Order: sequence, then structure tokens, then C-alpha cells
Amino acid sequence: MKTANFLATLGASVLLALPTFAAELKIGLADDADVLDPAQSRSFVGRIVYTALCDKLFDVTPDLKIVGQLATDYKWSADGKELTLTLRQGVKFQDDTPFNAQAVVDNITRAMTLPESRRKSELSSVSKVEATGDYEVKFTLKAPDVTLVAQLSDLAGMMISPKAAKELGAKFGDHPVCAGPFKFVERVQQDRIVLEKFQDYWNKDKIFIDKLTYLPIPDTTVRLANLRSGDLDMIERLAATDAEAVKADSSLVYADAVGTGYMALYTNIGNGARADNPFGKDKRLRQAFSLAIDRDAVNQIVYEGTAVAGNQPFPPSSPWFDKDIPVPARDLDKAKALIKEAGFDRVPIELQIPNNPVAMQMMQIIQSMVGEAGFDVSLKSTEFATLLSEQTAGNYQLSRSDWSGRVDPDGNIHQFITCKGGINDTKYCNPEVDKLLNEARASTDDAVRKQKYDAAAVILNDDLPIIYLGHQSWIWALHKNITGFTPSPDGMIRLVGVKKAG
Amino acid sequence: MYTYIAKRLLVAIPTLLIISIFVFSLQKLLPGDPILAMAGEERDPQVLEFLRGKYRLNDPVPYQYVHWLGAALQGDLGISLRTNQPVLQLVGEKLPVTIQLAIMSMIFAFAIGVPMGILAAVKKNTMIDYIANIIALTGLSIPNFWLGIMLILLVSVNLGWLPASGYEPFFSNPLRSLETMLMPSFVLGNALAATLMRHTRSAMLSVLSADYIRTARAKGLPESTVVLEHSFRNAVLPIVTLTALLFGELLAGAVLTEQIFTIPGFGKLIVDAVFNRDYAVVQGVVICTAIGFILMNLLADILYVLLNPRMRAAL
Repeated sequence: MKTANFLATLGASVLLALPTFAAELKIGLADDADVLDPAQSRSFVGRIVYTALCDKLFDVTPDLKIVGQLATDYKWSADGKELTLTLRQGVKFQDDTPFNAQAVVDNITRAMTLPESRRKSELSSVSKVEATGDYEVKFTLKAPDVTLVAQLSDLAGMMISPKAAKELGAKFGDHPVCAGPFKFVERVQQDRIVLEKFQDYWNKDKIFIDKLTYLPIPDTTVRLANLRSGDLDMIERLAATDAEAVKADSSLVYADAVGTGYMALYTNIGNGARADNPFGKDKRLRQAFSLAIDRDAVNQIVYEGTAVAGNQPFPPSSPWFDKDIPVPARDLDKAKALIKEAGFDRVPIELQIPNNPVAMQMMQIIQSMVGEAGFDVSLKSTEFATLLSEQTAGNYQLSRSDWSGRVDPDGNIHQFITCKGGINDTKYCNPEVDKLLNEARASTDDAVRKQKYDAAAVILNDDLPIIYLGHQSWIWALHKNITGFTPSPDGMIRLVGVKKAG
Repeated sequence: MYTYIAKRLLVAIPTLLIISIFVFSLQKLLPGDPILAMAGEERDPQVLEFLRGKYRLNDPVPYQYVHWLGAALQGDLGISLRTNQPVLQLVGEKLPVTIQLAIMSMIFAFAIGVPMGILAAVKKNTMIDYIANIIALTGLSIPNFWLGIMLILLVSVNLGWLPASGYEPFFSNPLRSLETMLMPSFVLGNALAATLMRHTRSAMLSVLSADYIRTARAKGLPESTVVLEHSFRNAVLPIVTLTALLFGELLAGAVLTEQIFTIPGFGKLIVDAVFNRDYAVVQGVVICTAIGFILMNLLADILYVLLNPRMRAAL
């Protein structure tokens, strides 16, 4: 009996031990990451890799709440010009350098001063950062900026080892050292990024993966084929057209989350000579254009129902969405009436679009929809780098552009709409909107902020410098033996709690 | 012979210069700003300006070229705008990958194309000839990307025989390396095999109708000796030249094949670089490709001389 018991226990423990034995996870990414230095990075997939490599001061939950990661708490001063962070204790960087207040000061200073840094505008409101204790940091701001906490939940808040940063300087990306659950092993450009479990991670008990490999495979069909053949465990950005096939496959699991970003059309309102046309000058034409689109139909056809229709910078599911301005239903009669009121019969418009099949299909459908109302749209497709520079230079009439989205509402609207916004390619400028958006940025009270955004939404919905079309979903596909993955609206792949059965 | 090689190498210098000027100016004609492209969603004007200065993009184009050339002559091909890596290092990483792909594709192409060509010529106007022709035409007509994706779906997804994509360096794991390269090199070699087959067939046909072949047959030599030793040795010369030319086609085909099978080689490097307006990388890759192409052609000419005794006298 004893022997039997012993054998049973042994058998059970072997079975229990097996799945955790050297679990390796292979994830297929849609692009290759750029420089692996949080201060210099700018690619979306780079951020996916950092989710495993570099912990941040704050993280974002699936319902878009900001929670502490390396910081455990934060407090705003009454005037909104001082932010004090309490830091987590007992955290080490992957090179054994301790994490403390000085490390945060070094990181923020580096992000603000390294010539190559892309974080300067995100941290532009910071005038001083200082250690007020071993585990307490104080940010002093030039003016109140409540979005700073959200910035610190992204690239600007990623903590890298000050020792490695000092040694490697701008070449930090060759061998990144952070404080995340996985440490850097190797990278072969356009081929793979390999990480392994960091044994001294502060939350190591919740990490069940030992080795992590990211493989950039840009072609969606090939990425899915690799998943199906078992060469990958998980892929991101599954094509919407493959969603049904994955759902029907019993060995795979489908996961999606409506993103924080948007799909939109930018109108040239005041960006150079090409703004001088009826569509850029008369808001009634833009309103007619917007009313002529059946957004639900577009999303059903092009995105197989995975995208949601939208008319604001935030998806209808967001707490920042203004429910008093619902997504408009298609209204051809009203659209035609508006065109007539503006004194036109037919309106010619040139619309530039990126030359990918999905965007092309979407815009062809919209072309025929607005055609019925009276718009003669000619589509001009260009590859993305060209589209971007034409849009910035103002060499366009109407341009299809997407935004990947930010956690704080400010990140989806301020820089696109305010007169001096860094990415205001429409060159729309309305002092009243500027005032509302600046006030929203300064208040630490969410109710006050919501009121300001709603007020701005009313004006923008009338002026329509940007015609919002909808919000895409992030779609993942994974093998059934991967458990514990939670889809998140920011498109990241968080590995805390993720397990792979043997 | 050595003077000949030296002369050929000297001629290569102006060729390379012209290519470099051509590529440099063509790139500058491309619409799209590399700094904007690399900035993506984070377009901080201050940083953009700093980067433009750092990569000398505000200088006049001829000045940029001279600066590039000066550095290139000292072995510095610049730095990738996208990843901050030296271009030479990138080239060094990617070149062995594409060379392996090229060699394996060539092996496929020769193994299929040459025997089929000989067979088709010997059995001219018979069923074998027709079938070989049909196979060759099919190989030429099937687009690379379609064949690649179909093979992935069939061999990797349905049958599970080979990995769907990826790459393993030959010296770290030879078996896995060959496995990952098998489908891509078949896809790439397939179209070349068809071209090779057609050329081998016509070269063989013209030799087979020559007087000395009739004499050889009249002497009572076995057909295998007539075909392989007397005919093929003479027919092989145009094939050698063709192979050197096909090398260019191979590199062009590699661009697509590497995209489909996600092989981190030269082709993928240049495609990504063009889309990101990574000027230094495009320039570096094109120059290295041109050098490779020139060397391949030189090699073919040397081989030509070695194979053809008549040419030795001409030197």
C-alpha cells in the first residue's frame, strides 16, 4: 500500500512538474521591433517586447485603469503641479543594480536629455524630478498636466538599469537591461528576439514561462500558418478575415479587444494651398460626407464584424465617449440636402490612402457610399512613407489615417486638434477647442475632464476636421494549451500568469 | 590570365561608382521623408530636426554623396536609420543567409533543369520532350509567392513535415537549417530550373546536330558517351554564362521568397529598408549586391576559359 501511495504521489508530482519544466513560448509579431531602448523606441511591436522585458512605473489594466507597477502609489499636490510617487521596494534590475528613487531620477533625466530621445514631448511638462527619499520621487511640473501618470504607464515610464544606460549610452538597445520579468538573451534583426525568465524578478512567482521568443512574420497568412503548424504558440494582429477560421479550429483560441485607437479621415482644413477647396472650407460638405457613410456596414464587410463603428476619438465603450453624440446612422437625404445647401450638385474630392488591401477595400466601399450622396471621390493610393510626408506637408485634400491610441484621452485628441499640436496635419485651429483641451489636461478631477472633452466633442462633431470611422480590434490567436492570457485594449501581450501546458 | 582578371576588376570600379551614384540619386527622388517614416507616431519636431542633422539629411545631395563615398572607401557604409546598427554589420549578418539560399536554390535548379534539358533534347519531339516542356513552362508560369504559400499550407500546416518559416544558421544546427531552407530554395530554384532546362535543351540540340556527333555515332560509340562526353561538354558553355546571369534573377527572386518564408536575408533587408526610407541600408545592400554580381560574372568568365581550351589562346 505504501509503495502504491508513494508511486501515485511520485506520478502526480511528475505530472505536475512537467508543464512547468522549461516552458518556451514563441510569439509571432506583425513587424520587427526597432531600437530596443525605451527612450528611443517608437514602434508598436517594440512595446509588446517591452511588456516582457521592462517594467514601468505604472501599468494599465484591461479596463484601462492605471495601476502601480514599479511605483506603488502616487499623489497629486492640490495645485496639480507636483506629483509624488512611492516606489516598490526590493526590486532589482536584470544586472543586479537595485531599483530606487535615484534610478527613477536617472531614467527620467535620460529620457529628457538624451539627444536621440523620443520621450521629450511626453515629458515636456516636467521641470524637475528629484529623489525625496530612498523610495520616493517628486516630479515638479511647469504647468498642471494630469496626463503625466499615463505617460509613465508607457515608454516614458519604463525603467532601465542606470548602470547599463551609463555604459552603453545611445547604444543601450544592443543589450537592453531592465527590471521586467524576462531578460534579454539575443536579437537577430528581422528574425528573432529571445528573452529568458529573470530569476530575481519581484513578481517571479507569477511567471510560468522560462524562455520567450518573438518572431516577426509580417505576412498574416504565413503568421497564421506558423501557428497552425505548431511553430508558434501565439500570434498578434490576426487578419479579421481569418477570425472565423480560427474560431472554428478546435486546437486554437481566439481573443480580441477593441483598441484604444481609431480609424479616420483627415481633412485638409488649413495646411497649405491645397486646403483651399470647398471641402476644406465648408463644414456642411464634411457633415454630408460623414452622414453618407454606413459605418456599421463598412465594419461588417471589411472587418468581419470585429471593428466597431465610431464618430469620436474614443470608442463607444470608453468612459470618455460622449453618449450625447451617438454614432450617426446613414442618412442620404440629409447628406444630399446639405450638399445642396452648400451650393453644389456634385463635389469632386481626392482621397489619399495607404496601399494595403484592407484600407483600399474600406475606402472603395466608402467611395461608392458617398458617391450616392454626390461626392465624386478619386482614390489615390500611395505607400505609407509617402502618405505620411504628403499629409504632414499638406499635399492632400482628404487623407486616411489611423492612430494606435493612448490610455489617457488626451493622447487621442490634444496633439491632433490643438492649434500648435505636434501632429496636427489638418491644421484645424479653434481657440475655444484649444482652451477646453488644455483645461482637460490640467484638471485632476475626471468628472471635470469629461465635461471638457464632451464640450470639445460637440464642436468637433460640427466642424469635422477629422471624420472618425471606427475602432479596430486587436486580435490574437493562440494554442489551446496556453492559458491565462487576457486581451487588452492597448494591444499588449502581458505574460504575468500566462501558462503553457506540456 | 592574371592580367585578364586584374583588368576585369579595374573595369568594375567605374561600374560600381556609376551604380552608387545612380542608387543614391534615385533614392533621393523617392517621395517620403525617412525621418518622418522612422518617427512613426512620435513626431517631435525638435527630435526630427536633431536626427536630420545627425544623418546629414539637410546637406545638399552631392555633398551627402561625397561624404558617403569617402566613408565607404574606408569601409564604413553608414548606420541604419531604423535600428542604429552599422550597415556593414547588417550586411555581414544577412549575406550568409542569402548565400545559403542561393546555393541551395542553384542545386535544386541544376538537379532538375539540366538532366531534364538533356533528356528533352535527346528525346526530341517525343512524349518525354513534351512532358519536360510542360513541366518547364509550368515552373516558369507559377508565381513565387503563390507556390510558397501553397507549399506552406500543404507541407507545414497539413502534413507537418517542415517548419513553415524562419531560419536557423547552418553552423549552429545543420539539420534544422536545411529543413527551414528546403521549401524556400525549392520555390526559388523552381523558376530557374525551368529556364535552365529550356537553355540546356536548345544548347544540346544544336550540338547534337553537329557533324562531329554524327562521326562519333558512326564510330560506334555508345549513346551515353556521345551525349554526356561529346555533346554535353560543348553544350555546357552557354549554360555557365547563363548561370552567372541567373544569379541576378536569383537575388531578385530572393526578395520575394524571403518575405514569404520570413528568412532574415538580403532581400528582406532591402525591402524593409526601402519602405522605411533607410537610405544607408538600401545603398549598402545595392552596392554589395552589385559587387557580388560582378564577381559572379567574372567567375563565370574564368570558368568559361577553363572549360573551353579555345578561349585560353584568345587571352
